[in-house]
This record gives sequence, C-alpha cells and structure tokens, in this order.
Amino acid sequence: PTAYCLASVSLYSMADTGVLETLLQRVEKVDDGVDSLAVATSLGVDHQVIVGAVKSLQALGDVISAELRSSKHWELTEEGTEIAEQGSHESRVFSCIPQEGLAQSELMKLPFGKIGFSKAMSSKWIRVDKAHEGGPRIFRTVESIDDQVREKLLLVQKGHSTQLEEKEKNELKKRKLLSEVTVKSYWITKGNSFSTTITKQETELTPEMIASGNWKEKKFKPYNFEAMGVAPDCGHLHPLMKVRTQFRQIFLEMGFTEMPTNNFIESSFWNFDSLFQPQQHPARDQHDTFFLSDPAHAHEFPQDYLERVKKVHSEGGYGSQGYKYDWKIEEAQKNILRTHTTAVSARMLYKLAQQKFTPVKYFSIDRVFRNETLDATHLAEFHQIEGVVADYGLTLGDLMGVLHQFFTKLGITKLRFKPAYNPYTEPSMEVFSYHEGLKKWVEVGNSGVFRPEMLLPMGLPEDVSVIAWGLSLERPTMIKYGINNIRELVGHKVNLQMVYDSPICRLDS
Amino acid sequence: MPTVGVKRDLLFKALGRSYTDEEFDELCFEFGLELDEITSEKEIISREQGDTKASGASDVILYKIDVPANRYDLLCLEGLVRGLQVFKNKLEVPRYKRVSPLSGEPQKLIITKETEAVRPHAVAAVLRNITFTQERYDSFIELQEKLHQNICRKRSLVAIGTHDLDTISGPFTYTAKRPGDISFKPLNQTKEYTATQLMSLYKTDSHLRHYLHIIEDKPLYPVIYDSNGVVLSMPPIINGDHSKISLKTKNVFIECTATDQTKAKTVLDMMVTMFSEYCAQPFTYELAYRKEKLSGKFINQKVGINESTEKIAHLLTRMCLLSQATGAGDEIEVEIPPTRSDIIHACDIMEDAAIAYGFNNITRTTPRTYTVANQFPLNKLTELLRQDLAAAGFTEALNFALCSQEDIAEKLGKKISEMRAVHISNPKTAEFQVARTTLLPGLLKTIAANRKMPLPLKLFEISDVVLKDETKDVGARNSRRFCAVYYNKSPGFEVIHGLLDRTMQLLEVKPARGEGYHIQTADDSTFFPGRCADIFVRGKNVGRLGVLHPDVINRFELTMPCSALEMDIEPFL
Repeated sequence: PTAYCLASVSLYSMADTGVLETLLQRVEKVDDGVDSLAVATSLGVDHQVIVGAVKSLQALGDVISAELRSSKHWELTEEGTEIAEQGSHESRVFSCIPQEGLAQSELMKLPFGKIGFSKAMSSKWIRVDKAHEGGPRIFRTVESIDDQVREKLLLVQKGHSTQLEEKEKNELKKRKLLSEVTVKSYWITKGNSFSTTITKQETELTPEMIASGNWKEKKFKPYNFEAMGVAPDCGHLHPLMKVRTQFRQIFLEMGFTEMPTNNFIESSFWNFDSLFQPQQHPARDQHDTFFLSDPAHAHEFPQDYLERVKKVHSEGGYGSQGYKYDWKIEEAQKNILRTHTTAVSARMLYKLAQQKFTPVKYFSIDRVFRNETLDATHLAEFHQIEGVVADYGLTLGDLMGVLHQFFTKLGITKLRFKPAYNPYTEPSMEVFSYHEGLKKWVEVGNSGVFRPEMLLPMGLPEDVSVIAWGLSLERPTMIKYGINNIRELVGHKVNLQMVYDSPICRLDS
Repeated sequence: MPTVGVKRDLLFKALGRSYTDEEFDELCFEFGLELDEITSEKEIISREQGDTKASGASDVILYKIDVPANRYDLLCLEGLVRGLQVFKNKLEVPRYKRVSPLSGEPQKLIITKETEAVRPHAVAAVLRNITFTQERYDSFIELQEKLHQNICRKRSLVAIGTHDLDTISGPFTYTAKRPGDISFKPLNQTKEYTATQLMSLYKTDSHLRHYLHIIEDKPLYPVIYDSNGVVLSMPPIINGDHSKISLKTKNVFIECTATDQTKAKTVLDMMVTMFSEYCAQPFTYELAYRKEKLSGKFINQKVGINESTEKIAHLLTRMCLLSQATGAGDEIEVEIPPTRSDIIHACDIMEDAAIAYGFNNITRTTPRTYTVANQFPLNKLTELLRQDLAAAGFTEALNFALCSQEDIAEKLGKKISEMRAVHISNPKTAEFQVARTTLLPGLLKTIAANRKMPLPLKLFEISDVVLKDETKDVGARNSRRFCAVYYNKSPGFEVIHGLLDRTMQLLEVKPARGEGYHIQTADDSTFFPGRCADIFVRGKNVGRLGVLHPDVINRFELTMPCSALEMDIEPFL
C-alpha cells in the first residue's frame, strides 16, 4: 500500500465490521446521541475498540459526527478489583471460619487474615474465645453476612457508580479500593449521510476492477495527501560534476573546443617557463607547488623552442627587456603536479603555432594542484575553468566583451574589471561581479592578454593576440548549492545525503 | 600579492585631501590596488595575541592595501602617494637626478673575486642630506623589509644594508672570508662575535634564523669593510652595529648584495628613488632612464579605443611614464623611470594606457572569431557514461587525485614498489604522498565516511589516475578509469557483475569471447580468493571485478561485505 492509504488501513483494522454496525444501530435508536464509553460498557468491550470504530466511521465520510468529551469517572484499584472478584477481606475471613471455629493463629496465616479479622470484628460478624483450650479460637456470631463493600465495588465496575452516594465512594477511595480518573470519550450523533450499513471501502484500484468495471460501484478510501511519497530508487550525479557539465555546455554553446587536459603531471617548462614566468617566481617555490621525486624530471622538449624561451627569459627579445637572469634547464626539467591548466593552453598554442595559423577558441575544466595552506574553502587540488581565444587583432575590449557574454550565461550581468598583475598576461584584469545578496562587488575570475614574450617564441604571428580567463569550479558550486565547507563537497568526506538531495543545476536561474 | 600597511591620516595628509573609506576603495580599484582591510595596531594585536596584550597599543587607523606583485614602487607610503597623485593629475612626474658629493669624488665599492662562489653581485648608492622623522624612518625600515620579502625572495636573491655614512669611510670592499676570520659587533649586540658564533647565536632568533641557510654551507661568507677595516655588514644576515642608522643620520650609504644583478639594481633604485624625496635636493639621484617609442595606433588597437596621440601620451604620463607625441606621425616617446622596473615590453606600456583610460570605460566588443566547437572525445565518452551509470542506480563520488602511499598499496594488500605510482617530493602531510593509481581507495573512504547512510551504498567514479610511463615527455600519463562499489550485508557480486554487463551494453560490446567481452578468474590480493575476475574486451584485459578481501574491508574501517569493479575506459574511444 502507498503512504496515502497507510493511515486509514491501520485504523480500519482496529474495528471489524460487526462492531461498526452495532455502533451504528445504537446511534440510530437514540435521538440525541450516545457516549462511546457507555456503548463500550454495555457491549462489554474495551473502550479503545469503540474509539477505533468511531475513527473508522469518520474516515468513511459524514456517516456519524463525533464530539470529543472528557468526564470524571470512578475506577477500581488493583485491590478493589480483587475484592470485586473474591469479596472483601472481612467476608473472606467470615466464610473461612467453620461451625466449630478456627484457631486465631491459623487465621492469621491467611493473606487477608489480619485486615479481614479486624474489619469482621468491628462488624460483629465474629468473636474470639481467648480462654479456649489450645489457644484463642474464632467463631461466627451471625448466620450470614451482607458483603456491602463488594457489592458497591461491583456497581462501580459495571459502570453504575452513579448509584452510590458521594460519601460511600469517598470512603472506598480512602480504603484505596477506588480512584477517580478523567476519561475521554466521544459523543456520537448521526451524520448527514447516516446509514446503518457500511459499504466496505477499497484501498486501491485493481486490475480486476478495471476488467470487470465494478470500480464504478466501489467506494475508495481517501488518500492522505499530507504524507510524503516513497523516494524512488535511483542513482545521483555529483553536484560539482553537474556544475562542470553546465560550464562545458556554455563553452560549447559559445563555440569553444575542449582541450585535452588529461595530464596532471607537467614539467616546470610547460607550466612556468613557456608562460614567461621567471624561475625565481614565488609560485615555483616548494611552499606553493608539488614537485615530484619520481619521475623527477621531464626528458623531452622541442629543442629550438626551448632555446627561444631561454633567450627571452635571460636576454629578452621580441621587443622585451627579458628578466636578465641565468635561466637554467635544470629548473625547467623539474616535474610537478600542474598548478594551472594554462600549461595545457601553452602546449596547445605551441602546437597551433607549428601549423598555418587559424583562429581558435579553446576551453578546459580540470584539476590543478597547489601545495598551499588548507582551510574551509581551499584544498590542495581544485578544478580550474579556462577559456582562450586566439585571433588576429583581438583587443582588451574584446576580452571584456567575451567575458560579458560568458558571465551572462551564468546569470551574472553586472561586471567590472580591476587592473591586476599576472606574470604571463598583460594587461591583466580581475573580474568582479556585483553580488545582490552581499551588496558588494566580489571577485569572480581572472583574465588577461597573453604576453608577447610567451606567444612569439612559440612562433605565433606577431599580429595575433590571445585573450584568456579563468575561474575555479568549486566556488560557484559552493555558492549555488549553499555549501560552506569544501570538504563536504569534494573528497571522501562528502556528505552523500547532500549528493542525494541536490537539485538539477541551471546556472542562470 | 604584498600588502602595505599605511596610517590613514598620514596617507590623506600626503594626498592633500581626505576620502571616505568607499571613495578610497574606488580609487584603489581604478588604479589596480585593493583596500584589503581597515584596522589599527590595537585591533591587530588583540586579534593575534588577545585583548590584554592590546591594551595601550595605538588605535590609529591603518589601511592595509594590496599591491600588485610587480609594483615594487608602491610598497611604501611615499611610492603609493606619488603614484596616486600623478594618476590624479595633482603632481608632475618626478625626475630623479644623480648629484656628485661636494668633494667631487664619488664613493666606491670594490668587489673582490672571492665573492663569486657565494654572492657575486653588489651595487651601492648614497642618499645625501636626508632628513628623517620618526614616520619617515619607520617607512624606510618597512620598505627594506617589504623588498626583502618580495623581490629579494627572503634575501636569497638580494639583501639590503643601510649605513650612516658619517660613521664610516670609503672606499668600501665587498669580499668573502672564512667564517672564523670574520669578527665584528653585530647590530644591537654589545660584544664582538665571529661569523661562526653568529650563525649559532641566530639559530634561535625568530627573524634571522630564516636567512641562515643562504650562506650556512658555504666555505666563505660575504662581508663588507670600510677603508679602516670596520665591518658594515655580513650579507644577507646582519649589519654591523657601528654604522647603524638613526633618526639623526644625514647621509645614508645603501648597499645591495645579490645573486641576481638585475634585481639588485632594481632594489637599489627603489630604495633611492623612494627616499630621495627627503633629501635637501629632492629626487637627486641619476639613474638610467630608458626611452621607448611606440605608435598611438598600437595602443588604440591593443586596447580597443580610439584616442589621439596627445591624449595617449597624457594617459601614460599619469602613470609616471613621462610621454609626448614626437610629431612624427602618431609616434609617442615614453620615458621609463627607474621606479618602473616592471615595464619590460611595449605591452606593459599599453596596459598603463588602458588603466589610465579606465578599464571600465573601454567599450565591450565581441570578437568575430568564427570557430566550430569540438568536445575532447574522452570527456565526451565520460559525460555520456556518467549519466547512464547514475540511471543504473549508482551515485557519483568525487575523490582526490592525491593520496597516501598506504591508500594505494598496504591497505589494498599490495606493495608500493609494484604500483607504477608517481611520488611527490615535498608533501606537507601523508595525504599528498602520491598520485592515485586506482580509484578504489577513494570510493572505500567515501563509504567509510558515510557509514550512517542506509544500505546498500552504490557508488561510482569516472576520473583519472596517474601512472608512470617512460614513453611520455614527463615520464607519466593519466589513465581514465571507471570504478564502482556495492556495499551491503551481502557481497552482491551479481550486482557489480550486472553493472559490468550494463556498461558493456552501453558501450556496444556483446558478451562473447574474442570480439566481445568476458570475465575470467584472476588472483589479486585486494580481492577474496576465488571471488575475483579479469575483464577482457576484444582479447585485452581492461580491468578487474570481485568481492573485496576481508582484510581490505577492515583496513578501510568498513564492516560489511563489498564488491567492486575498476576498468580502463580509454579502450572504448
């Protein structure tokens, strides 16, 4: 059964049809209604059975109306129940004394002996012959007794406590044979669609009903629309990967071709030197970059290109002063875990320069690695999103225009740009967007025009400009899905419930 | 990005006006700076050391300003103010000139060849008739520290020493000696020490101990003497006490020793240009000004604007690059001052023109670049498979590419030497010892971290592992893997096997030996004996599946049986 039926099914099982019909007959016979407690007493069933029947009838619609009432009610205590069944202690003492009497010591051995003896004595039902030979002996003084205590208790037990006077009831209460309790009961009256016969309600439509068409005559139990449905049995995509899919989609919509970024291990040459990032640059420090001990070095470079890179760093050229330092191949050979996917962009642009130039638009979204201090928003690895356009005569205005189009697809239209520094782009711009929630400008990405010292040694034509931008995948995902600790999103400490519950990803809404 | 702390009121006094925090933030943004924080000494101490330590500290407002990493000329109040005032047309571009001493004889610093093996370069200059105040003096010391931490790469590339010239006499000698042969009274000490003693003395100095490694292992240590044999400094560690500067110092001798001559010159230029402002004849210090010629068209085309040659020259001048139209067509002559070591190419000049124009005043245009998009085939396959694996009831996990050796070896019942793993030489913790060679440990750790979730747990991941590969230029390559695990009260091999069947159906491979796929019993210490099989596709082994070995389950802190599948997906391209 579905959750919608669960409530009525369980109630239905509490009262069988017989009880329901009997109850309806009782209600029919009176004009002003019946009390559920009185019905239970008169039928000799537990009150809960009648309560169940009331609820079942209510679930059928407006057959009856039931009003909850509470009333004071006298009930037998455990001792009172025992007395109602077996008689009062004094009556039991009386009845166990034979004609020839009973030794007092024998009587006292009985469980009710002590209390019963004193009560029977004060009622003058028995006497003690203290001088009897063989010890004190007890004899009846009357032929028969009237056990009023028991009779009163029996009246209460049968629900006729009204026949007792208040004084009598309080006396029994004092003896701890009666107690007063509050009872909740229903006052049951006829409903608008009252009837003494019940049509059995169906829980669900069945194939048989459809085949025979008898669903037309059936009554169906109402569903409980307040309940939740049953969760479907399904798998889930990871939220970060859902966002990645959307970014991929945006780039594809904008005509960008995906770069092969499946190479986490990169040489310092392609990661730094080819990008005109000097060998003493802090990013190339042990503190910032993961170096490899095995395989420690890259062993193959395009030799003539490497010479041109060496020259532009150490001596300049292509209109540049260079950095004027002693460029070392040993530094360039050092293998690292790439610190940005721009290393792949460099490889792609070098490859492009080896052919007859045609304009390109490239993108990638993949992992990069930083040996940095970790906190709630920073991990040693994250996903970098990167876009690159290479064409003749691109301007800074073009870069801003492309960024505007890209961010518009993310639902971000208010952008502004701040001058920044980056070793391989000039000009460099930080991209800020206005955050409506925080009421301030927040940084959403980095961008720039690749330096001639990077492009010209590759062999790209002098009038070709390459514009590029980058951002992290994790940050927009955390904002999108309201995640504060990055470890709940990425890595094995992920909260799977969050993965199960995460909605589809539409970046522009 | 270096951060410079300046006193707000001092800054506004120098700028000749005050700003609201918002106004100053805007100005910074436009110029490429960032007003990072508004604080006070008291607030900083209270944050770092608690309120009690902070009582009595100054509550003068400080602006913490982030400066681009290549703009060494903005690392002190003097430079910041000069840059902003010129930018706002309130100050002419200063012109730095060298003057000769009254005696006519310039000071000399003689470099001996012994320095070659340890720290071969040195440059020096003198600031004459300078007037220090407490604030100027503090800024002077602070600039040295900023330069040391940034361009000087913690003194390894360049170290700066400043001396009261009136306490010493030239010519000076920069040489290198055995540590035992160097002896002097270092700055702020009361007695003489040999260099050897100093190195052990400073082992515990919270500041200086970071620089000892630069010369520690060298047979000879660098040292500078005056003509009377007074030690000026033992670079890059410490100066001598004898020549220390004070508020009363009138003539400052500045030396920069270095392993990189270009940077030494840049640093010396910075020290001198920044503080020559306080000399009797301001900015008197002659330096190599460089002249560059470029066309207005170049700037207009690269930035995407259309301004007259004169306007562009004016824009550049506002960035402290004194420029003028030469009259020959649209030619502009630009003078690069010694303060702007960051200008090494015409594109750097172009950027300054764009900044002065205002990035946000540039019209945003759409390039007409026509291209057809292509997906990277491996990523396309990955994207398509992920969708259908989720549809098959498995949930996607996303684990780190880096992990411990233990994760990919011992815990899986393997030896690290047998894995073709790449090893990281400088991991800060064990979590970053190697790149993963298998996706399985990550998925098992994901389960361990989610044991409270209802069973069964069905997880998958499609991602890259890294393997050593001699045929690649870097000696390693990525391999795209598909891994899935099923974790429940029973091993569920049939579930994982069924997932393999479904995957093959998706990849259009039929169950058959030869041209199709089949599985075949295999031995693997990660799996329970007899419950492991190799996956063969068109005769090639592409992966493995099976019921995990109980020892593996225990080592990953799991308690239930588990079956797993891992295979290479690149053969399906």
